[in-house]
Parts: sequence; C-alpha cells; structure tokens
Amino acid sequence: MNLHEYQARELLRRHGIPVPADAVADTPDQVRAVAQRLGGKVVVKAQVHAGGRGKAGGVKLANTPDEAAAHASRILGMQIKGLTVHKVLVAPAVEIASESYVGIVVDRGSQRPLLMVSAAGGVDIEEVAAATPEQIHRVAVDPRYGLLPHQGLGLGLRLYRNVAQARLAAEIMTKLYAACYAVGASLAEINPLATTPDGQVLALDAKIVIDDNELDRRPEIAALRDATAEAPSEVQAREAGLTFVKLDGTVGCCVNGAGLAMATMDLVKYYGGAPANFLDIGGSSNPQKVVSALRIITADPSVKAILFNIFGGITRGDDVANGIVQATQQFPIKVPLVIRLTGTNEAEAIAILTKAGFSALTDMDEAVKRAVAQANA
Amino acid sequence: MSVFIDQHTRLLVQGITGRDGSFHSRQMIGYGTKVVAGVTPGKGGQLFDGVVPVFDTVADGVRETQANVAVIYVPAAVAASAIYEAADAGLGLIVCITEGIPVLDMTRVLPFLHERGARLVGPNCPGLISPTKSKVGIIPGNICKPGRIGVVSRSGTLTYEIVHQLSTHGLGQSTCIGIGGDPLIGTSFIHCLSAFQADAETDAVVMIGEIGGTDEQQAAEFVAKGMTKPVVGFIAGQTAPPGRRMGHAGAIISGSSGTASEKMAAFARAGISVMKRPADVVPLLKERL
Repeated sequence: MNLHEYQARELLRRHGIPVPADAVADTPDQVRAVAQRLGGKVVVKAQVHAGGRGKAGGVKLANTPDEAAAHASRILGMQIKGLTVHKVLVAPAVEIASESYVGIVVDRGSQRPLLMVSAAGGVDIEEVAAATPEQIHRVAVDPRYGLLPHQGLGLGLRLYRNVAQARLAAEIMTKLYAACYAVGASLAEINPLATTPDGQVLALDAKIVIDDNELDRRPEIAALRDATAEAPSEVQAREAGLTFVKLDGTVGCCVNGAGLAMATMDLVKYYGGAPANFLDIGGSSNPQKVVSALRIITADPSVKAILFNIFGGITRGDDVANGIVQATQQFPIKVPLVIRLTGTNEAEAIAILTKAGFSALTDMDEAVKRAVAQANA
Repeated sequence: MSVFIDQHTRLLVQGITGRDGSFHSRQMIGYGTKVVAGVTPGKGGQLFDGVVPVFDTVADGVRETQANVAVIYVPAAVAASAIYEAADAGLGLIVCITEGIPVLDMTRVLPFLHERGARLVGPNCPGLISPTKSKVGIIPGNICKPGRIGVVSRSGTLTYEIVHQLSTHGLGQSTCIGIGGDPLIGTSFIHCLSAFQADAETDAVVMIGEIGGTDEQQAAEFVAKGMTKPVVGFIAGQTAPPGRRMGHAGAIISGSSGTASEKMAAFARAGISVMKRPADVVPLLKERL
C-alpha cells in the first residue's frame, strides 16, 4: 500500500525525523489559510500515488497566500499519470544548500533491509543508479543488531564532509530504519534530504510503501489507505479478498494462483488475444469469492469473453463451480464463459456445472484458444 | 534417492486441527506420508482422526515421535512464530505453506534459521512431493508420477499445470519443489538445482520462474557454470505491466532486470531450453534427454 507524501511526512515526524511543518488541504481557500498561517514563501504539492509530480506541474512555489491559492486551484483536479489530484500539501519553502537521497528497501539478494544513500539527491534515484551507480552507497543492515553507529556515520560521511551534519544524517538513518519496522514499510525514502544554509539537515519529501501483509496487525496504518486514489474495481476486489489488476484487453481472466494467472494471461496473448485483467481468486476458496470475481469482471465493458482457468489444489473445484452457478442466479452474464477446471474435486465440479447447463474443458490451451476466438469474434 | 524428502520423512504438522491443516493432513496421510505428530497449542493429548497424536508444542512432538520435518499451515499472524518454534525444536527441514507473512518478519526469521542450520522451504509455497515416497504440503498427489525429472518452481498452481503435462506424457518426477512466491524465501532455485544435480535419480530439471527480482538470472548463471544435467525453464508474466504487483508479493517488475524477457534471455544464454507456454515442457525435455 502506497502512502501519500503528507502521511509519510507525519510518520517520519512521529519517529523524530526533522520534517518542516505542513498541512494538507483540498480547496484553494484552505490552501490560502494554511499559507497565511505558515507565513512567507510556501510550496504547494499535489498528493497522488505517482512519481514525476514536479515535471507534471503538480509542485509550485508561491510568494503570497493568494498565489498559493491560485496554484492550488490549478493543481486540484489535475490528472497526473491518469490519477486525479484530490489533495495538496502546503509547506514552507525551505532555502536549500544541498540535496541528498536516503532510502531503505528490503533487498532480496542479501535478504536484509538495504540502506542506500547518495549525495546526488532531489532527482529520480533510479536514473542515478543506472547512469552513475558509484554515486550510490549501500549497507545491508543485519536486523539482529540494527543499524550500527559506524555504519550510519560512514554513510553520513558519504553525504557530508561536515562531521556534525554527517552525524545528523546518521541519526536520521537510524530513525528511518526504526520507522520501517514500526510501521511495516517495505520501502521508505527521503528525497531530498536537504541541508540549509544555516547547517540544518531536513527531510523535505518522503515516500513510504507499506507491505500489504502488515496491514492486518496495524489497523492504524491500514486506516491511512486512500481508496479515492485507486481504481474502484481494485478496491472492490480487495474488499472481496481477491487480487485484481486491470489491464487493457478483452479476455476477462479468473484463475486460482498468481503464477497460473500470469501464465494464463501470457497464453491469451500467445493465441492472439489480450487479457483484460489479472485476477487470482486465491487459495482457500469459497463460492462467494467466485461470485465477487464475476461481478468485477462483468462490470468491465471491454470484456468480450470470460475465461476460467482453475487447477484445484487447496482451491476446491466444487467451490468454484458453485460460485459460477450462484453468480448466474444473481446477475446476468452477457458474454461467453469458457471454463477450464481440473484438480481437487474435479468430478463434483463438473457434475455441478453440467447440471446448470455449462460445459467444462480440462485442457488449458484448448480453453484459452476458445476464449480468444470468442473475444475476437 | 530424492531431494529433501523421502520414505524416511517423519512429518510433524503445525496447525493440524485448522481448516487447511486438517484437510491437507488427511490428503498427506492418504498419500502415504508418515505424519507422526500434530501441534495445536491447547489441544495436546488429543488424537487427530484417531491416529495422529497432537501436542501443545513442537518440542514435545519431536521428543515423543522423532519427527524430522515440519510443515506449517497456521494463519499468517502466527506463522513466523511457528517457524521459530520448529527451528528451536531442532528440525532441519521446515516447510511453510502459509501465505502473507510480513517481509520484515522474514528478515529476522532467516538469520535465526541460518544460525541453527535449518532449511526453510517457502513461505507462501505449495511444498514438496517425491512421488510415491512422501508428500509434504499441498501439491495434489494424483497429478504426480514417480520418475526422473526434478521440478522447482516459484508458484503453486502453475507447477501443478506443468507437472500434469509431464505425468500425462510419461515423464515422472523425482521430486517437485515449490519454493514460494515471496520476496524473501528460505530455499532458492540454486539450492534446488544443486540438489538435483547431485541426485543420482534425477536426469533433468524443469525450472518455473516468474517476474520480479533476479533469482532466475542467478540460477541461470549457476546452470551455466555448475550443471551438467539439462534444464528446461519457463517464466510467467510476459504480459505483466511494470510497477504492478501480480499477486505474489515478489512478482513485481521494478527496473529492467525483473522482466520476463530479461529472464528468458538469461535462461537462453545459460543453455536452458526456454518454454513459451506450459505445453512446451514435454517436447523440450524430450529434445534434451
């Protein structure tokens, strides 16, 4: 789950990291009031789950409260990478002497949290990593001991020649590391970590991604989810316990298991079709999940055929078959349905489907070919 | 011989009385796995299905039954604790079926296992099966046949699909291993490839990967340098868009190295025969054997 910048700033502040005061607003009048309260120059920043906000015109400096309100009226409602801006952050404009990058990501290779810093901050760090990898310095932190003082200071000195500033940076890294474990972040970045002409070290922007597997045990973090920042079909799927990603094609896919779901999408393309979605009904299935899945797929007007690909293991074929039958009793399915079903409780499943007037295939290639033919017809 | 499990495997099931644990314990017992103990705190002293003794702790179960492998079906909230408990009880192989363990929990679990010399398969995996000898996990026994092909995979049902293709065309399996779809897992492709290379009863290996991370590229390097047995590979997620997580916590393309095309190219460079679709597995293996 992605957090907005204003949420990430607040979490960092709570963990003792110096972040300038700010406020979030959703109307130009509120922005004017915040700017008046903060005094001086302010920055108005679009709050959307997309990078490149500055380039898209979603970040503006304002000298007066009226100017801030004028910027806000243009930014609010703006589209950035297909997402509508509903909120802006208003913060004092800080005079900047230098911009660095500090980030922590769980690294698959070392199987540890990897702390990365670069003195080349304030820009897209992936570009820095690709063009000048020597400018990124890394420490894989051993979670048994946490970030050790010499590791933090060593990285701080990569950012600043001034030891006092290096120590401030190290302290921020230690707090960022603690914040990751405290909030369940799989990624936490401060970019830029800025210095001011008077020697302060401040976090001016923050990005935090929460591991979805943490949300059940962290209701206060789960409550930060902004459902208006996501596609409605994906919100609906998540609430039904399904994993769903909307794509651009015409073959609606309903599969058990992420790997098989991806392989099914790939096979749709192999046979000349285009998948309309990724949808995994998950392991311990129940008929209701299948009903929800069909409701979401049929709501997409670009879907011309629906393909079920079920290889029963922990998912039982009869649960899926019952779900399909229940769905047809609850709402109309106006596009052809191609069902491939094999594995656990296959015989029971086929009996249920046959009784309801459906037929089921057992071969994956055959089913995909048929669904593509129906969608392209 | 087979890899990691065989007819001597004495299995302890953590979460044996739960919905999934009880269903799959019955399946494993029916398959012939020696399920010697179950663990559910508070239910110690009971008999599961009148046959398998249930203990309050893993340590009790190991002491009383000489179990040597644990399989975990407990809910995600307590799964990391279950892994710690199994390792502390001295078990050398722990198979975690449970999905949804936070990745930061795994950063602490893995060094704990390493210090104790325990191997974890998973989490978020379907487990292992050595056909006719032992099944640990949830891979349906009826789709497998004994034989000389090793199978290692990051996914669950996609593995069943490919194993099913093998079995229906007379290519049996020595062992099938599902290593799991999470970013941090206990057993990598390389561990399994190395075990298959050393196994006298395995002639060739099928490796099933997916988008995300660079495990497949590292495995390809291992194949190029360290394997004489033929390997056939598949990568799921050729149509997956970058930046979107495709179900598995590990299946997300970030940067160019996680894409299916990059991984398929690494396979080809390493001399691995690359499947374009699951049904290619049989013809490609027959070419290489």
